[in-house]
Amino acid sequence: MDFQLTEEQKMIQQAARDYANRELIQDVLERDADSIYPAKHVKALADLGFMGMMVDPKYDGSGMDTISYVLAMEELSKVDASVSVIVSVNNSLVCYGLEEFGTEEQKEKYLRPLARGEMLGAFLLSEPEAGSDATSQHTLAEDMGDYYLLNGTKNWITNGNSASVYIVMAQTHPELKHKGINSLIVDRNSPGITLGPHEDKMGMRSSDTHSVMFTDVKVPKENRLGPDGFGFKMAMKTLEGGRLGIAAQALGIASGAYERALKYSKERKAFGTEIFNHQSVAFKLAEMYTKIEAGRLLCFHAAWLKDNGLPYGTASAMAKYHCAETAMWVTTEAVQIHGGYGYVREYHVERLMREAKLTQIYEGTSEIQKLIISRDIFSR
Amino acid sequence: MKILVCISVVPDTTTHIRFTDKMDALDTNGIQWIINPWDELALTRALEIREHPGSGVTQISVIHIGMKDTEPVIQKALAVGADSAYRVNHAPADSLEAASQIAEVVRKEPFDLVITGHDSADYNGSAVGEMLAELLGWASFSSISSLSVVDSVITLERESDIRSETIIAKAPCVVTIQKGIAKDPRIPSLRGIMTARSKQLTLVEPVKCAPLTHFVRFENPAPRSQCRMVDPSHVEELVNLLRNEANVL
Repeated sequence: MDFQLTEEQKMIQQAARDYANRELIQDVLERDADSIYPAKHVKALADLGFMGMMVDPKYDGSGMDTISYVLAMEELSKVDASVSVIVSVNNSLVCYGLEEFGTEEQKEKYLRPLARGEMLGAFLLSEPEAGSDATSQHTLAEDMGDYYLLNGTKNWITNGNSASVYIVMAQTHPELKHKGINSLIVDRNSPGITLGPHEDKMGMRSSDTHSVMFTDVKVPKENRLGPDGFGFKMAMKTLEGGRLGIAAQALGIASGAYERALKYSKERKAFGTEIFNHQSVAFKLAEMYTKIEAGRLLCFHAAWLKDNGLPYGTASAMAKYHCAETAMWVTTEAVQIHGGYGYVREYHVERLMREAKLTQIYEGTSEIQKLIISRDIFSR
Repeated sequence: MKILVCISVVPDTTTHIRFTDKMDALDTNGIQWIINPWDELALTRALEIREHPGSGVTQISVIHIGMKDTEPVIQKALAVGADSAYRVNHAPADSLEAASQIAEVVRKEPFDLVITGHDSADYNGSAVGEMLAELLGWASFSSISSLSVVDSVITLERESDIRSETIIAKAPCVVTIQKGIAKDPRIPSLRGIMTARSKQLTLVEPVKCAPLTHFVRFENPAPRSQCRMVDPSHVEELVNLLRNEANVL
């Protein structure tokens, strides 16, 4: 067992840290306050190779391992999870699915520009009445011979407006239930696509989240990912990796809040001494650090399993569950350590707390993660 | 034109500096090492120049005098765009030793322009550039605030309190740069990080050169005295403190 990062992994971690601390930090408060989409950052991160991190270089990706992806996600999320979720969706949910299950033609047409950052992708699974219960897809992809006719509504779509390519899960054979679902690559500018208003969210306010409506949208048959009825399996497989990205994001939110709380505790004085000298604060920081380190090991383990071609579904569910819960707790306590200052935007920790909440909800709620973990341990 | 950029490897500038128990050396435990920020600016400017069409720059190399554990920092220079690197396998004790080792490499390799940072953020010697030029018998230009190369013609600018100088320099020469010469240091792309490994890093054995200096003892600076706040309405109290405690009036 080797707990050392390679020199390349350390450099990737540093590159992400440098970008976050030099660039993201500059306008993060303004983008959060006014829900401004971070277009220039998405472009810059694409130029650095972060939008197709794990894609094979033969498709213009960076060819990194999953450990490197976890490291990058953590560093970006320490400063701005709104940006890191855009990176996560493009990498874990869109590029991964295309590379793993796409045909050569699909990879050339979509994966290559996505990995280069010339296109941005979105993953459309959730519906108004199908969130955790993803099998209940109401969006229909009617088989019309040469094409599918897409009708329905998708909710909570990250990159909903900014994406140029959608991966859409839709039901083709309702009688087969989840085995009738297909996964389709849909061009964003196809006739019949309309967007709902930008969601005014509690956190992650800089990422653009929309509902997407499909009305008689024609999708060519060659845009189906995998065989007929493979969509649900493909979505679940893809979400295993997606969960790991969000676990790393939650880890970053937690460690970002912890680092700010630690720094503040060394500067702020109360009762004649720096507040870290008070055990109530010191123990809190010790607990934060321990939970964060445990989360980091869970993320690395899941990433290691994935990189070695081993099953990692339960490992990534544990990583996401633990890191999301840790992020919520750590950020709340970081606000507490900051006192009144923690409650104002300038100190960032209240924003991190708002961002943390979503990690317990999206790409599988904490309850769904526990369902995955419990089903696995009971089946052994 | 071939450019050589000299890079020192120094502690991250946010490092809390500690010394060994005997106070005769830096305690390197837990230190994160980086490219000396001045040298990183020099490298950034060299990369900017090469990107300009018609610069005539065909190769950018970096050189560092240090032991094997400094190689990750050299890799970063390669990752941001340097074509090749030299590492002289030696820990120099002073500026003359560093300059002598660089001079030995430059005598064997046909470089046209050597760029160094104004000083290194560890020992702040500010001497390697000038010493190197002297050892090579080349022209030396220090405190340069602007550097451009068009058709292999080197144009330099130097600012001072009383005048601004524009210099057309003849290659070969050594240029020591100061702040403002380049945009922010570059963040390596992931592709750059992965290709750095395949770039040439030449290991050079050191030549003999006795250092002229050695460190006897380090001391921590005296802690800053605590800031005293004076109510703006109490001007007399402020004057009294400045005169009788701070002794600055």
